[in-house]
Amino acid sequence: MIQKELKKLVVYGAFLVIILTPMLGFRSTTFEPGRVLKILGIFMTILVLNIVVKFIRSQKKDDGRKKTPWTEVVRKRINRYPKVYTLGGLLALAFAFPMFADNYMIDVGITCLIYVCLGLGLNIVVGLCGLLDLGYIAFYAVGAYTYSLLNLTFGLSFWAALPLGIVLGMVVGCIIGYPTLKMRGDYLAIVTLGFGEIVRLVLNNWDSLTAGPNGLFGMKRPALYYPSFGEDGFTWVTYYLKSLPSLYYFILLIAILTIIGVRRLDNSRIGRAWIAIREDEVAAELSGVPTTWIKLLAYALGAGFASVAGAFFAAKLSYTNPNFFLFMESCIVLCIVVLGGVGSIPGIVVAAFVLIAAPEVFRGLENFRMLAFGGIMTTMMILKPEGLIPASRRRRELRADQEPPPKD
Amino acid sequence: MDLSSFLLQQIINAVFLGSIYSLIALGYTMVYGIIELINFAHGELFTAGAFIGVIVLTALQQMGFVETHFVLTMIIVFVMSMSYVAVLGVAVEHVAYKPLRTSSRLSALLSALGMSIFLSNGMMLSQGVSDRAYPQVFGIEGIEFMGARITNGQIFIIILAVALMVGLQLFVHRTRLGKAMRATAQNKTMARILGIDIDQTIRITFMIGPALGAAAGVMVGLHYGAVRFDMGFIFMIKAFAAAILGGIGSIPGAMLGGLIIGTIEVMWAAFLPSAWKDVTTFTVLIMVLYFKPSGLLGEGTTEVRV
Repeated sequence: MIQKELKKLVVYGAFLVIILTPMLGFRSTTFEPGRVLKILGIFMTILVLNIVVKFIRSQKKDDGRKKTPWTEVVRKRINRYPKVYTLGGLLALAFAFPMFADNYMIDVGITCLIYVCLGLGLNIVVGLCGLLDLGYIAFYAVGAYTYSLLNLTFGLSFWAALPLGIVLGMVVGCIIGYPTLKMRGDYLAIVTLGFGEIVRLVLNNWDSLTAGPNGLFGMKRPALYYPSFGEDGFTWVTYYLKSLPSLYYFILLIAILTIIGVRRLDNSRIGRAWIAIREDEVAAELSGVPTTWIKLLAYALGAGFASVAGAFFAAKLSYTNPNFFLFMESCIVLCIVVLGGVGSIPGIVVAAFVLIAAPEVFRGLENFRMLAFGGIMTTMMILKPEGLIPASRRRRELRADQEPPPKD
Repeated sequence: MDLSSFLLQQIINAVFLGSIYSLIALGYTMVYGIIELINFAHGELFTAGAFIGVIVLTALQQMGFVETHFVLTMIIVFVMSMSYVAVLGVAVEHVAYKPLRTSSRLSALLSALGMSIFLSNGMMLSQGVSDRAYPQVFGIEGIEFMGARITNGQIFIIILAVALMVGLQLFVHRTRLGKAMRATAQNKTMARILGIDIDQTIRITFMIGPALGAAAGVMVGLHYGAVRFDMGFIFMIKAFAAAILGGIGSIPGAMLGGLIIGTIEVMWAAFLPSAWKDVTTFTVLIMVLYFKPSGLLGEGTTEVRV
C-alpha cells in the first residue's frame, strides 16, 4: 500500500512541477525558482499529509463502530438545549452586536447579512429546485437599479420602490426562467450565465438610463416615519437610516424575514415539490407536480429575495454601478450555498459569515479569496457534497439508505 | 474605402475570428461528447495556453531566435503551449471530474466551476492582474486585394487553425484512439464491454480539447498583442455559443458554429454599435438553445458525435 501511495506521490509531484514551474516561475522574463518552490512545497505537504493520514487510519484497528463526524457532534451538543434558547441566544447576540463592535465591524456585518439574503434566495433555485443558476447576481442588480432609478427620477421612497423592485425582479426571473425550463442542468448554467452578463452589459451600455459605468449616486437611504405632535399639530417625521448601526438593524430584520420566509417555503407543499423536481423531474411530473410552474416559481421567488437585497445594497451605499454585479459575485453566492450545504438554511447563514467575514479579518490573504472560493467549491463537491451543515431532510435521506443520491 | 472592399475586409476578419472560436468550441464539443458535461475550466485552459505562449515567445525573442529561425520558433511556441495545457487538462480531469463521474450532474458542474475559478485566480496571482504584452513577431505587412487587406499574421493563424482542425478530423476518423473516442461517446457501457479503456479515452479527450484551446490562446495573444488572466471568460461564452449553435458533440458543427458566431460578431461591430456585440452573442446563444437545442449539425442530422 505504501509503495502504491509513494508511486502516486511521485506522479502527482511530477505533474505539479510541470504545471507550476512556467506559471509561477516566469512572472517577467527572468526565472524565479523561489516562488515555484514555495507553492510546490505547500502542495507537496498537503499530499504527504494526506498519505500520512491514510496510513494512520489503515493502521488503526477498525472496532466496528461508526465514527460520528465532528459536525454531528456539534449539532448534537447544540440540540441538547431547547431550540428556543439557541435561537434566542443567537438573536440576542445579533442584536447586541453593534453595541460592542466598531463601525468597520458593523459594516462587515451588514455585508455578511446581505450575502445571507442572497445565499438563501439562491438556495431556493439551486438548493431546493436543483437548477444551477450562474447569473443570480443579475436579480440583485435589478433590485439595486430599480430602487436607484425610481428614487432618482420619481423620488419614490425605499418602501414604495421595494415592492416594485420585487415585482420587477420576479418578472425578470420568469423571463430568464421561461426559456430555460426545458433545458438540462449544464445548458441552464450557461444560459443563466449569459443572461447575467446581458443584464450587466445592458446596465453598462445604456448610458441614457443607467449612466453607464459611472453608475448612479445620490439615492436616499431607507427611512422610518414616526408621528410627532409638535407645535404645528400632528405630523410625520422622516428619519433616514444613515448611521451604520441603524442600517445594520434594518438588514438584520430583512435577513430574519428572509430566513423565516425560506424556511416556511421549504416546509410547504411547494418546497416539497421543489425537492421532488430536484431528485427526479420525470417522477415529480408523473406524481402530479406541475413542474413548469413550480420551477418558474423557484426562479421568481429566488429573484425576489435577491431584489430586496439589491435594493438595500443600493440604498445603503447610495451608489451603484454595473461592476458590482460581475460574474464573480454570482460565484461567491454559489460558493456560500455549496459550502453551507445545498438546501440547508443554518448552513448557508454560517457559510455566508465564514466566507465574507474571513477575508475581512485576514486582510493579508485578501488576494487569495477567490482562489480559496474556487478550491472550496471543488473540494466540497468531492469530499462532502452535502455541505458543512447538511439540511436535515437531506441528512435523513442520506442516512436512511447508504446508497449514493440518485443521478438526475 | 468603398462598401464592397469594406465588406470583404469584414469577411476576412470574420473568418479569422471564427476560426479561433471554432478551435475553442472544439474543446467543448469533444469533452461534452465524451462525458456529457461542460468543461467550465476550458476558458481558463485557453488562457493558460496564451500565457505559456507569451512566456516561451519572450524567452526565444530575447535569445534572438525569432529573427533567425522564425518557423521553428512558432513550432516551439505552439507545441510547448499545447503540451503544457494538455497536462493541465489531464490534471483538471483527474481532480475535478474523475471523482464525480458517478455522482449527480449538479455536483460535477459545481466542481468544474470551482476549478475554473481556482485556475483563473491562480493565474491572476502568479501572472499579475495587468495585461501581459505579446512580442510582436508579425509585422504589419500583408496582402492587399480589392481594397481589403489581410496581414501575414492573420494568414498564418487561419492556415494553422484549419490545419489543426483537419488534423483533428483525421485523428478522430482514422486512428484507433479516435475510434475509441467515438465509441465511448456513443455508448460508454458498450465501449467498456468491448475492451476500450474508458479512463484513458477520457484522459486523451481532456488532452486534445484543451490543447486546441491553447493553440487558440496563443493565436489570440499573437493577434491582439496582449493576454490577461480573465480573458478566457468572454471567449469561453462565445465558443460555447458556437459549440451549441453547431450542435454540441459534433466536430464539424463546432467549426461551423465558430464561423457563424465570428461572422455575427464582426458584422455587428462593423455596422451596429459595437458596445452591444457581446449582448448579441449571448442572445444568439439563448435563442439557439430555446428554438433548436440540438444545434445545426447536432444529433439526428449527422452520425459523427465525438
